[in-house]
Amino acid sequence: MADLRINLAGIEAPNPFWLASAPPTNTGYQVQRAFEAGWGGAVWKTLGDPIINTSSRFAAVHFNGQRVAGFNNIELITDRPLEVNLKEIYETKKKFPKHALVVSLMVEPKREKWHEIVKRVEAIGVDGLELNFGCPHGMAERGMGAASGQQPDLVEMQTMWVKEVAQTPVIVKLTPNITDITVVARHAVSGGADAISLINTINSLAGVDIHSWNTIPHVGGKGSHGGYCGPAVKPIALNMVAECARDMHVGVPISGIGGISNWQDAVEFMLMGAAGVQICTAAMHHGFRIVEEMIDGLNNYLDDKGISSVRDIVGKSVERYSNWGDLDLNYRVVARIDQETCINCNKCHIACEDTSHQCIDMLTNADGKQVLEVREEDCVGCNLCSIVCPVDGAIEMVELPGIQPPMTWNDRQRAIEKLNAASSEMEVV
Amino acid sequence: MEHSRVIGLLSPERLTANFAEAQPGLTRKAAMEESNRCLYCYDAPCITACPTGINIPSFIKRIATDNLKGAATTIMDSNPVGASCARVCPTEELCEGACVLNGASKPIMIGMLQRYATDWAIQSGQQLFAPGPSNAKKVAVIGGGPAGLSAARELAREGFSVVIYEAKPMAGGLDTHGIVSFRLPQTVSLWEVEQVEKLGVEIKTGVKVGVDVSAKQLIEDYDAVVLAAGMGYVPSIGLEGEELAGVYDAIQLVERTKLHEPSIALLGAKVAVIGAGNTAIDAATCSVRLGAEQVKMVYRRTRDEMTAYDFEYEFAKQEGVEFSWLTAPKRIIGDSNGKVTHLECVQMQLSDKAGADGRAIPIPIEGSEFLMPVDAVVLAIGQKRHVGLIESIGLKHDRGVVIIDEATRRTSHPKVYAAGDIVFGSGKGDAMVVSAAEQGKQTAYAISRHFAATSSEAI
Repeated sequence: MADLRINLAGIEAPNPFWLASAPPTNTGYQVQRAFEAGWGGAVWKTLGDPIINTSSRFAAVHFNGQRVAGFNNIELITDRPLEVNLKEIYETKKKFPKHALVVSLMVEPKREKWHEIVKRVEAIGVDGLELNFGCPHGMAERGMGAASGQQPDLVEMQTMWVKEVAQTPVIVKLTPNITDITVVARHAVSGGADAISLINTINSLAGVDIHSWNTIPHVGGKGSHGGYCGPAVKPIALNMVAECARDMHVGVPISGIGGISNWQDAVEFMLMGAAGVQICTAAMHHGFRIVEEMIDGLNNYLDDKGISSVRDIVGKSVERYSNWGDLDLNYRVVARIDQETCINCNKCHIACEDTSHQCIDMLTNADGKQVLEVREEDCVGCNLCSIVCPVDGAIEMVELPGIQPPMTWNDRQRAIEKLNAASSEMEVV
Repeated sequence: MEHSRVIGLLSPERLTANFAEAQPGLTRKAAMEESNRCLYCYDAPCITACPTGINIPSFIKRIATDNLKGAATTIMDSNPVGASCARVCPTEELCEGACVLNGASKPIMIGMLQRYATDWAIQSGQQLFAPGPSNAKKVAVIGGGPAGLSAARELAREGFSVVIYEAKPMAGGLDTHGIVSFRLPQTVSLWEVEQVEKLGVEIKTGVKVGVDVSAKQLIEDYDAVVLAAGMGYVPSIGLEGEELAGVYDAIQLVERTKLHEPSIALLGAKVAVIGAGNTAIDAATCSVRLGAEQVKMVYRRTRDEMTAYDFEYEFAKQEGVEFSWLTAPKRIIGDSNGKVTHLECVQMQLSDKAGADGRAIPIPIEGSEFLMPVDAVVLAIGQKRHVGLIESIGLKHDRGVVIIDEATRRTSHPKVYAAGDIVFGSGKGDAMVVSAAEQGKQTAYAISRHFAATSSEAI
């Protein structure tokens, strides 16, 4: 049994699986059920001035018969009085002292407002605070959430105000609805953030009903953009986490969020620098019990790899994430088809023929059997065939020995500059 | 006494229930899951395996994308009897057998998806096809079964004026009359007939060519004639006692259950079915559902040689049909009232010698005769050929199998084309509904090509 405990900027938890600040963490009843189910931590649904929610709030994107490839919501922060939330937070923490209980906060960008709420929340005993600078809908129209999260100086200033009074670690939750997330991350750190969490949801319209022509979801025939999350956003989130993780000016622990649906996703985020993860959609899709499969899978993975603590995988892939200009242009892979495993669906052929480099031939072998063969000399190693292949192991991308020594684009440009410099010196001479 | 037992009819309610379609169609959820499982192969082997060449990945993708009209159109475009074929095709030997997922996981339920899409078409009442602009040519089609309907529909879409001459009161042939309702409800076949009629094809039912109108007359009156008369009832095998009361023709037995007339009384009966082909299976399961107490299939060879498909065999077993392998009938014995009481059989063994079809020849085991007590004997040992009709037109044939030129689909008479069971002979492929449909289509295209060529010559 591997050690699954984590420590995120001083916040300890029995495992890295936390519920994100969202509908699942709305009440004490829910968070206590979650802790009973095995969740290592929870970020309480954002506290602030209670709002009024609409009816009809969620929508999802289904893909080829699979439910909830992506999830969209227009629900806002808590709609319950602060006193009620504080009472339940107190009771929950008392019942589950070892679980991480972080409270998400969002108030107007005013110093005294932040001071007041931080003091009131910390007074009842919590493990940390998460500043919600990410909610992209509704609250943003009132100058909060993503609206302040999209202004780096405002993020920095508000973080600073919080840090003036906060006794517990402060996590700043970032919005992805911005050009370069590292800019905001750096400002959060300048403001004194102990950690960052990302990503919040992405501006989205889940769909349009092609029969009624209404938006999905709609509120009495009208819709507005929501926040997108769930499995479909994972690659976007993973990139943003990785970009922050490899930015030396950020340099604080990261709580990874965005489409994490299983233990493998969690491992990926942690390898890319997340000290822990936050999850919402998977719980909303399957209930809190889904964490049991995550914990078990992660534990077996670590045991199989001979890794004693989950903390040991954090950031292990970060140095492998780089700029395009640092990639070796002379690295070569080609597709190779295993005739034994191939089921002859010909999807690789048509994908390559129509949309890539026309190097998979449909042939008939001596026995009259249809075979697919890669003309390796024409294969650029794009991976498309292995992506569309429905059978594991039928197409392998095989590494070929480089014909030339490794050279990146940046190496190449430097070499050319050097040559140019040398030749102009020659000319001078 | 054996024959004092009362053999009767099930109540109309029980009969209706017993002859309602046995297998439920896919639910929407099941259809979506299954259609999404399809890989949408390129140059898919299932298309090649379908005698009518239905673009299967395309129709399945259309189901998956909520375009059932498109799915049904794709199916019916290639196969004018695609709704019937969805139910009666031996899919594991055709499309599903060719599915690349065999071995990798499990093949796509193509037949069931085809049924899902065509059921939608039947229920929606939408017309999927339109006749082509008239080319002022007239074609007579003799026989309104799968081959004749296919030929007629494609001819109508090519602009021909088409009249089908159908001997029975309803068109659809085998699909309407010869396949048990619990596998293929008659409404499905009649919908296919209706689709052809909606293209302006006239179907003259109850008109028997050679009796009510001469074939010569048709050849004179039309620009071309398609002979698609199929085959007839079960021939005599010269068994002693065939004339006894309680001896039935398998095709007529099935047909009676599909017509609005009282079915053959088999409630409580012990039934022996002679044969082991597709029709024999249908007759056996039909007997079970008519209330027979015991149904035995009597076959002189073994399970390995029987021509019924595996799924038919499995279905028959599930229905409670028993199989007497290596058993040949010798004679049918009746009582003083001329009613069947026993079937005398002899045990057989397979010899080392193979017959012309490559199957081992069974030979009787001497002294192994025994009496099987029965109330009814159903003969299912093939179908009669329409030799009289064929010869009345003067067509070349090989023991009732009309000889055609594969390329032109023409018989020895320049104005007469032929398709379907009437041109199927041993060694010429299975007489499947789907093959008949394809032959009908190809015959229509051949006729169309012929007249296109002659009209361009005229210019």
